[in-house]
Amino acid sequence: MKRLLASLILLTGGLFALSLVVGPAAIGPIASFQALLTDTQTPLSLVMQEIRLPRAILAVIVGASLGLSGAAMQGYLRNPLAEPGLLGISGSAALGAVLAIQLGLASAFPLGLPLAALAGALLGVFLITLLAGSRGGSLSLILAGIAISALASAMVSLVLNLSPNPFATSEIVFWMMGSLADRSMEHVWLALPFVLLGGVLLATLSRPLDAMTLGEDAAEALGMRLSRVRRQLIIGTALVVGASTAVAGTIGFVGLVVPHLLRPLVGAMPGRLLGASALGGAAMVLLADILVRVILPEADLKLGVLTAFIGAPLFLHLIYQTRRELA
Amino acid sequence: MSLLALDSVAVSLGERSVLRDVSLSIEPGEVVGLIGPNGAGKTTLMRAALGLIEATGVCSLARLSDAERARAVAWMPQEHTIAWPIAVASLVMLGRMPYRGVGAAPTANDIEQVGRAIRQAGLVGFEKRPATQLSAGERTRALIARALAQATPLIMADEPIAGLDPAHQITAMETFTSLAGEGRSVLLSIHDLGLAARHCSRLILLGEGGVIADGSAQSVLTAENLARIFHIEAFFAQTDHGPVYQSLRVLDP
Repeated sequence: MKRLLASLILLTGGLFALSLVVGPAAIGPIASFQALLTDTQTPLSLVMQEIRLPRAILAVIVGASLGLSGAAMQGYLRNPLAEPGLLGISGSAALGAVLAIQLGLASAFPLGLPLAALAGALLGVFLITLLAGSRGGSLSLILAGIAISALASAMVSLVLNLSPNPFATSEIVFWMMGSLADRSMEHVWLALPFVLLGGVLLATLSRPLDAMTLGEDAAEALGMRLSRVRRQLIIGTALVVGASTAVAGTIGFVGLVVPHLLRPLVGAMPGRLLGASALGGAAMVLLADILVRVILPEADLKLGVLTAFIGAPLFLHLIYQTRRELA
Repeated sequence: MSLLALDSVAVSLGERSVLRDVSLSIEPGEVVGLIGPNGAGKTTLMRAALGLIEATGVCSLARLSDAERARAVAWMPQEHTIAWPIAVASLVMLGRMPYRGVGAAPTANDIEQVGRAIRQAGLVGFEKRPATQLSAGERTRALIARALAQATPLIMADEPIAGLDPAHQITAMETFTSLAGEGRSVLLSIHDLGLAARHCSRLILLGEGGVIADGSAQSVLTAENLARIFHIEAFFAQTDHGPVYQSLRVLDP
C-alpha cells in the first residue's frame, strides 16, 4: 500500500514537472525551471509563472477532485459504475457557466464564469439535499441525481436553442468540452478552498466506506451514522466537483475509470482507494493535459474530449475483463 | 447484568403494526433461538433491538452511543452480499473496526482475534481469497467470522445458518454454544427447528405480533404452539441421541 502511494506520488510529480515544460514556446527544461523559480520579469518567467504553473496546479486539483469523489461515490453506492457526475452537480455547474456566457457575465469580469458555475453547483447541492436528504437508501440519491442532471441539461439545451448569438453558442459548446488552457492563478485560488474542504470531507469517509462493504445495516451496527455519512458524501462531492467544473468545465471518465483501475491494487478496500484515486486522478488529468498540447498543438484540442478518448477504451477493456471473470 | 433487555417494545413499519408489547431479556451464557413463521417479525425485532429502526418502549442497546453499541453487540444481517472483492482476512478485520483508531494499523490483539474467528468459522486457508469468489456457504461462514471477530458480549444474527451444509450448520451452532461457555450470548433467528431444539439453550417463539412462548425447547415447541403459529404437526421427543424434532405435515386451516 505504501509502495503504491509512493509510486503514484512519483508519477504525479513527474507528470507535473513534464506539464511545466510542455508548451508552444520551445524552451529547454532547465531554462524553464530557472525562469519559474527566479522572478526575472522576462517573458519566459511570465509564461512559466502565470500560464504553465496555474495550468499544472489546476490539472492536479481537478484530477484529484474527480478521482477522489469517484472513489467515494462508488464506495458509498457499492457500485463500480457510479461516478461524480451522478449527483447532477457537474450538470448544474455547467448550467451556471452557460448562463454566464449567454448573459455576457463571463466577458464582463474575469471570474464571472467560474463564479456563476459555483452558484449553479450550490443550487444543485441545495436541490439534491432537498430531494434525497439524509434519509432513504442509495436509490433515492441516484434518482434525485438523475432528475437534477436531466433538468440541468434540458436547461442548457434550452439556452443553446434560444440563443440569438452564434458566438455565445460556440463558446458554450467549447466550454462544455472541458479545458485547462488559458487559466490563471486566480482560478487556482478560487477552486482551492472548496476542493480542500470537500477533500477533507471525502477523505474522512474512509472508515464508513470500508464498513459499508458489509451493507448499510451492518455498517450502522459497526457504529457508523449513515445519515451523517450520506450528508458528508453529498456535500464533499458537491464542493470538489462544483469547484472543478467551475474552473475546467465538464471532464468525464476520470472519476469512473481511475477508481476502477486502482481497485485491484488496494485489495479492493474502498477506504484505501480514496487516497490512491485522488493521486491517480491527478496523474490522469496531468497526462491528458500534456497530450492535448503534444498531439495537436495548433488546434486547441479540448481536455474533456481526450479524457473520453482515453477512458472509453479502458472501459471496454474492463468490460472484457469482467466478462472473462464471469465466464 | 443482562446483555439485552426489551420492555414493552412495539414496532410499526409504515402504517402496519408488526410487533406489540414485546418484553424479553438475554443473560450471559445463552444461545437464544428466535423462531416464528415468515413475516412474524423476527428481523424487525432484532433491528429494533439494535436501534436500527424506530420503536417505542425501552431497549437497552438502542440507548447506547454508536461506539458503545458497536462494542456491546455484533450484528449479522440476513443479506449476505459483500460489495467488493476484498480478501477474507480483510473482511473479518472489519469486525475489529470499533476497537481501532482512524488509520491505525491492526494491533497484535486484532490479528489474533481475526485468526481465531477464521479458525472457528473453518476458513483456514481462505484468508487471501477474494470474498466475492466464495461459494454462498463459504461467504456466510466468512460473515459469521466477521461477527465473531467483533468480540462483543452479544452476537445477533439473522438466519446465520441458512444455506450451510449439514456439517457446517452443526459446526456453526457448536461455535455459538462454545461462546455461551465463555459467558457470551447469541441471539439468532432460525427456521430449522430441529437444530434450534438441539443447540439453543432457549427458544423465543414469535407470532401474532408478539412473543407467544419463551423458554426451553420442550416448553416452546408444544403441539398446541406448533399448530397455532406454524399450522404444522411435528414429532418431538427426548431420545438417546438428545432432543429430536421433525416437522411432519401441514394442518388444514
